[in-house]
Amino acid sequence: MHGRVKVKSTAQQEEEKRKEREKKLKAFVSARDAVLRKRSAGEHDEEALQLTQQLLSSNPDFATLWNYRREVLLQLETSREKDEVQKLYESELHFIEACLKVNPKSYGCWHHRSWVNTRLPQPDWTRELGLCDRCLSLDERNFHCWDYRRVVVKESGVSVEQELQFTDRLIGSNFSNYSSWHYRSTLLPQLHPQPAPDSIHSHRVCEEQLLKEYELAHNAFFTDPNDQSAWFYYRWLLGREEMISCVYVSRERERVSVAFSKPVHSEGLMLVLDGQPQQVEWRSTHPRLRHSPVWLCDLPPGSVSDISNEHNLTVHWTEKYTHRDCALYTGCAESWCRDSATDQELFRSELSVEKSSVLQAELQSCNQLLELEPQNKWCLLTIILLMRALDPLGHEKETLAHFQTLKVRKYYHYLNERYSGSRK
Amino acid sequence: MAAEDLPSQFDVVILGTGLTESVIAAACSRVGQSVLHLDRRNYYAGNWASFTFNGLLSWIEQYKNQQEVPITELEQVWRSLIDEGEDAVPLSALDSSISNLEVFCYASEEEEKEEEMKTPLSSFQPVNAETVSEEANGDSTEAHDTVTGDDTTASDAKTPNEEHEVSEPKEDQHTSDISEPSQSQEEKESQLSSSPADPTVEVQKKITYQKLVKEGRRFNIDLVSKLMYSRGALVDLLIKSNVSRYAEFKNIGRILTYRNGKVEQVPCSRADVFASKQLTVVEKRMLMKFLTFCLDFEQHPEEYQDYTEKPFREFLKNKKLTENLQHFILHSIAMVTQHTLTEEGLKATQHFLRCLGRYGNTPFLFPLYGLGEIPQCFCRMCAVFGGIYCLRHSVECLVVDKVSNKVKAVIDTRGQRISCSHFVVEDSYIRDEQRQSTAYRQISRAVLITDRSVLPSESDQQISMVTIPPLESSAPAVRMVELCSSSMTCMPGTYLVHLTCSSSGKAQEDLAPVISQLFHVSTIPGEEPSEGAEERSKPAVLWVMYFNMRDTSALDSSSYSLPSNVHVCTGPDDSLCSDYSIKLAESVFHHILPDEEFCPPAPNPEDIIYDGDGPQAKGPGFDESTNTEADKSLAEEEGATHEKSPSTENSEPAEMDSVTQQAPLDMTPASEE
Repeated sequence: MHGRVKVKSTAQQEEEKRKEREKKLKAFVSARDAVLRKRSAGEHDEEALQLTQQLLSSNPDFATLWNYRREVLLQLETSREKDEVQKLYESELHFIEACLKVNPKSYGCWHHRSWVNTRLPQPDWTRELGLCDRCLSLDERNFHCWDYRRVVVKESGVSVEQELQFTDRLIGSNFSNYSSWHYRSTLLPQLHPQPAPDSIHSHRVCEEQLLKEYELAHNAFFTDPNDQSAWFYYRWLLGREEMISCVYVSRERERVSVAFSKPVHSEGLMLVLDGQPQQVEWRSTHPRLRHSPVWLCDLPPGSVSDISNEHNLTVHWTEKYTHRDCALYTGCAESWCRDSATDQELFRSELSVEKSSVLQAELQSCNQLLELEPQNKWCLLTIILLMRALDPLGHEKETLAHFQTLKVRKYYHYLNERYSGSRK
Repeated sequence: MAAEDLPSQFDVVILGTGLTESVIAAACSRVGQSVLHLDRRNYYAGNWASFTFNGLLSWIEQYKNQQEVPITELEQVWRSLIDEGEDAVPLSALDSSISNLEVFCYASEEEEKEEEMKTPLSSFQPVNAETVSEEANGDSTEAHDTVTGDDTTASDAKTPNEEHEVSEPKEDQHTSDISEPSQSQEEKESQLSSSPADPTVEVQKKITYQKLVKEGRRFNIDLVSKLMYSRGALVDLLIKSNVSRYAEFKNIGRILTYRNGKVEQVPCSRADVFASKQLTVVEKRMLMKFLTFCLDFEQHPEEYQDYTEKPFREFLKNKKLTENLQHFILHSIAMVTQHTLTEEGLKATQHFLRCLGRYGNTPFLFPLYGLGEIPQCFCRMCAVFGGIYCLRHSVECLVVDKVSNKVKAVIDTRGQRISCSHFVVEDSYIRDEQRQSTAYRQISRAVLITDRSVLPSESDQQISMVTIPPLESSAPAVRMVELCSSSMTCMPGTYLVHLTCSSSGKAQEDLAPVISQLFHVSTIPGEEPSEGAEERSKPAVLWVMYFNMRDTSALDSSSYSLPSNVHVCTGPDDSLCSDYSIKLAESVFHHILPDEEFCPPAPNPEDIIYDGDGPQAKGPGFDESTNTEADKSLAEEEGATHEKSPSTENSEPAEMDSVTQQAPLDMTPASEE
């Protein structure tokens, strides 16, 4: 056959590629050695910037080089005018952008970018926000970018409203995105706080907005009931305010017990006794349980044993900006202070104190979905939660039937036991 | 023009530069066959061509003036070239594939005062626009005569191949475009297309006929309106052959439908369903559930086996889908008729769904600068591998060997005898004497220039595909594609709207009722709608062209009495995609070369071994070579072209593939994160 174009064979191509790679590796290793030598010699000059730039643009995950670069930049900064410093760091930002194109998930790059912005005399937050948006439009789940974006938003003072619209847009293009839903859950209480009757810091969302959010979640889980992200968001919407349910103090044992509406970590707990913060060791019911609904601590010996004195205790839960007081009166051996909710209400504390009519409506929506998707575990689980909140005894039969459907998994066994236990 | 003689021998001579012929040309040339590719027209792509506005006006002109050329002394010439033992089979010089062409102009013919004065272009003197608009009642022949005055044609009506030069910038960009998210692409495109005048001001201004002519070069008006399914035969071929490097594409932004007198968006992807305001949550679930079932319906025969002999429509009804949903699925997703059987409907739905999410939220792509680009891209590939191109150059007759009954040579319109082993020809060159059957169908087409979208939305730069179910039970379903200016097919501030249906009569009779439902058609040119608000909210038609195109796709080799090594390519069919034409090209290619691969990937320039030592001499750029008639452009030139534009890297086809893998198929249930 005549006239054909002659093409190199694959073996030939492979060989060429291999040689190319070898050459590159050699160049990289020698440049790396040169840089490391320079660093140990304590040289902080333009040349160092150039050399590290060459290396980092082919491998942006070389953390040592980023560190060296920061040292050099800090050194150069001292000998320059303000506008020169601005230029220096702006070119650094351009360089990082190029590195991000090589690896958009490079820890070193993103960290260095945050650092550069703190050094910049006049940071351009609008441009940074644009960079994040571009990045997220290419990969909406790049958590490095999400992290960096939070910093940018904080610094640039973008309004909460705009940010909520930003999540609208991301959720609209693909609602299987925890990052967006979660971000939304942090924005809503700021934008639409629940009018709080008492001065306690509220983390709830006003009812009008809640209804809109329910609708959004419906749209998502009716469209794709197997996608968890919307269900988790929905669960958050239905969830009640987290609080300290009860504080108990015993004079004889010199011990304080604290109960919460849900399992919490002990890190954010603080005990104040008669105005003095106390160094105490919090223990859960089991040493391995890191999140527990109940935490205990021993008071310093002798601090409350004087039966003739009155003591005032306050437990602070810093994470939720909430606290609970408890007074141990003269002559009393013990004392407690608890939420005004009744026992029954406490059992239902899985769900919020929203009007039951709203919850009833939500239950109807979920039942509607269950008719179409009788096997969907997310739907079943949500229905069980709603039924328990509304009327645990009235819905007992249905709840158990739903558990039958669900019981394949261990987790549901556990829940089943827990819930049937609560009947007694 | 005095032209040098062509070589006297080729492996394959191809007459006609439509899509099928061009793909065959590229495929043959790619595997080393010598190819001579001819077209009697002065533009590429035949009935697949796209024209600038002014180019279209001269095409209309040509259509009006076409007549049978009397047998001249030329016949004496070719008769003398026929030897004993040979027969001559003459070809037709008349193209009768287009009929019932009519043009109406509704744009105001007022002159634009200030601007006109500043830039006096000789070719745009108040060229008789008024004559056109007066002809609104039928006999428009005179009007066309005057519209395309000679000077207009000469200075402004570019043939599509010349257009290559005009659209140069796209060559530098195309690598990244197909893989980029549509949003940034839109931005880029709008930059590209932004006119020197401020576009926002432009929208406010009434668009006059003057303006259309003056901005005529911004239009690329296709004769055939088709879209590319992102997993259809054409896209697969473009990727496989590396021809995709010669073109760039835009996603179709949305699928619309006309229902109960309103244009509505069809929710077809997961994101659409989620965001849809017209569906109840229960409908959302039903729709998603049904579509998920369609994705692998073969796995669940129990669901539809009772309906295999019954229409798809009944199956949908049985599935208890609401009327809303039945409409969307039948007309806009499966795009089938009331009578289509269940299995075919399910297959069509499945194909639609499989195409979602590959490049965007709808299954379709559209080539920037119009569909007419695609045949030219394949011609370019053919030329790169040594094919020779001549426009305005046809074949007078075939020379058939009486003993073997095979074509051994052709005699061209310049009286040269060229021998060949295979002859590929477009249907419209065949004389009626060679036909066994003349049972063709017709396609009705309308092309509109309008002033706004049928469904305005946040972005005015979206391509919309609109399905219009039959207005009456006897009428055909109409398919409408609305192109925005960033698709590089119309000037900013306008939309180019293509309507297509299989004909039941003249194009105007078939399509005018639909147009009057969806658009405002004024009675006096340039007049504002005086009727109610409803009429005012409709887009106004500025200009419209109707014609019928012959649909020969039902014919096959038994429909012609021709030698066995003559391969007839039927023209465009009436379907939405080009699969039919691509499959035909592949089957013709396998007839010619049974043992060769069809369009294997073209090698990257750096992998080509050249006979000479050292770097090859830089030849002339590619554009020059295709535009010159009968210029041979070799693979070396391809190398040179690539050196010029570094963006045309070897990574490109891989990129197109990688998009495929990254983009999750939109309808599949999301896996747990």
